[in-house]
Amino acid sequence: MSATTLSLSTTQPGTLSRTLRILLTEMRFEIIRALRTRAFSLSAIGFPVMFYCLFGLIMNRNENISAGVSVAKYLLGGYAVFGSLGAAIFGIGIGVAMDRSAGWLELKQASPMPPLAYVLAKCVMAVVFSLIIVSILTLLGITLGHVSLTFPEFAHIDLFAAAGAIPFSCLGLAMAFLAPPASAGGIANMIYLPMSFLSGLWVPIRFLPHILQTIAPIFPTYHLAQLMYAALGAPSLGSTLGHWISLLGFTLIMLGVTWLAFRRLEQNS
Amino acid sequence: MSATLQRSEDLSSHPPAPSDTVASLSRVTKRYANGVLALDDLSLTLQRGQIVALLGPNGAGKSTAVKLLMGLSTPTSGSVRIFAADPRLTTTRLRTGVMLQVGRAPEMLRVREHIHIFRGYYPNPMPYADIVRAAQLEGVEDRMFGQLSGGQKQRVLFALALAGDPDLLFLDEPTVGLDIESRRGMWAQIRSLAARGKAVLLTTHYLEEADALAHRIVVINKGRVICEGTPSEVKSLGASTSGNSTSRSLKIIRCTTTLAATTLLAIPGVTTVEAATTLTTITSTQPEATLRELLTLDPSLHSLEVSSPALEDAFLALTSN
Repeated sequence: MSATTLSLSTTQPGTLSRTLRILLTEMRFEIIRALRTRAFSLSAIGFPVMFYCLFGLIMNRNENISAGVSVAKYLLGGYAVFGSLGAAIFGIGIGVAMDRSAGWLELKQASPMPPLAYVLAKCVMAVVFSLIIVSILTLLGITLGHVSLTFPEFAHIDLFAAAGAIPFSCLGLAMAFLAPPASAGGIANMIYLPMSFLSGLWVPIRFLPHILQTIAPIFPTYHLAQLMYAALGAPSLGSTLGHWISLLGFTLIMLGVTWLAFRRLEQNS
Repeated sequence: MSATLQRSEDLSSHPPAPSDTVASLSRVTKRYANGVLALDDLSLTLQRGQIVALLGPNGAGKSTAVKLLMGLSTPTSGSVRIFAADPRLTTTRLRTGVMLQVGRAPEMLRVREHIHIFRGYYPNPMPYADIVRAAQLEGVEDRMFGQLSGGQKQRVLFALALAGDPDLLFLDEPTVGLDIESRRGMWAQIRSLAARGKAVLLTTHYLEEADALAHRIVVINKGRVICEGTPSEVKSLGASTSGNSTSRSLKIIRCTTTLAATTLLAIPGVTTVEAATTLTTITSTQPEATLRELLTLDPSLHSLEVSSPALEDAFLALTSN
């Protein structure tokens, strides 16, 4: 089959199609692997769902955050960001750190697999998990929390959760190469929970102390959450363009940190 | 750069069939950023169809050498060539198979899926059924990696190294955790790979494995090659370093004797004496003379055993200094 045609030609299209095939295979099995790893999939999906049920559906029943936007609808945005962050930090931050400490990453590097395939597969896994989480949260909100959501609103929060998974994945990568693998779990929690709280994913930012409100914009989660709130018709801060630029900037910084950390490891290992 | 220049000099000074040289480290020095000198002017070549065992104590530079050959690290000076090309090129990696000591592969993927993923990296992979047979994985193909025994995991990693039907294999401690039967099975596979013209570089802690498998053994310590040769050459070299040129006749004598170590050392030919509670181990360069004297001095001597030095003894003699 395709293998024979490839051996006959080392031309660009042959190599390209094989690279693409490798990429798709890596992505497919990374998603399958993550879903099968219950400890990860149940907690990555379970935490945001549980928190949303508790704070969005049970505790603040029938309350509104602003005219026409219920707490249940507002928190949908925050917990979508929370879910996306969790999938990336635990899936990539810890996943890659473990691959690294076990020597699996080295074996992959020594293989002819394009290194980008590994990284992209991890990112796509985080994107897929983000979409699963947003869908479950939306379903719960509509059925149990009387959330009314238009299709464009749903499409927007899906899109934002998927896009947000990318800067968070880069954060995960930076973490995986920067932190000693043994402490990856602790560091993941030290980023995940405080960052979520400080960027107003659990409690609206205006209820936080003033000092915390001023530092919130350093977190990518803050910017993604503001985009979510705006898409849901809830009050939000800042400009759309500003948030996207901040997310892009954060992504680039994290990629730079990852690259430096990777180089440092390469030289010292 | 200078590395390539050195290589071309090497080619001119070593005319014999460069096409048979599959991999080479030429005068490689590797100093890590933290100042540790891992390899010190080390040269190593691998020929087609040859199994080379890299032996050395922990920290000798074995894994650094293998890492350089796999293109996972770059030398401080000297050159690394695989199929006369850069080891980091994808075209080079397509002809190389690697088995590393991996603590855990993704555990929630089936054996079949792992092999499938790795076969996908190569344009002309080894047929799936051949890989499963060679790695003795029949019957466990549908198990998750995490459910396998240590030996089975090791065999999956061997399967992944074979996936591309490579011309060059790096096997880092391939039979760790295998039972005797699987170990012999893997040895047979490695031999048949070499018989088909593939080059194999093996690092191992099992001296028995190097002895049974390798065409050539390279002993390294502190980043330098101490000696290299066929297993029997290495054994005799090890013997000669214990201080006598008549190395071929070096024997190890074990017996239960009442004689004191000082008396034993005075016997002609005796080089070392090691007295344990019941058994005394004596090395001698003139075993016949030593035995004659020994039996005369101690009529009650019993449990006598005379043996040739094993690779292990040679290895210890070579690397202890």
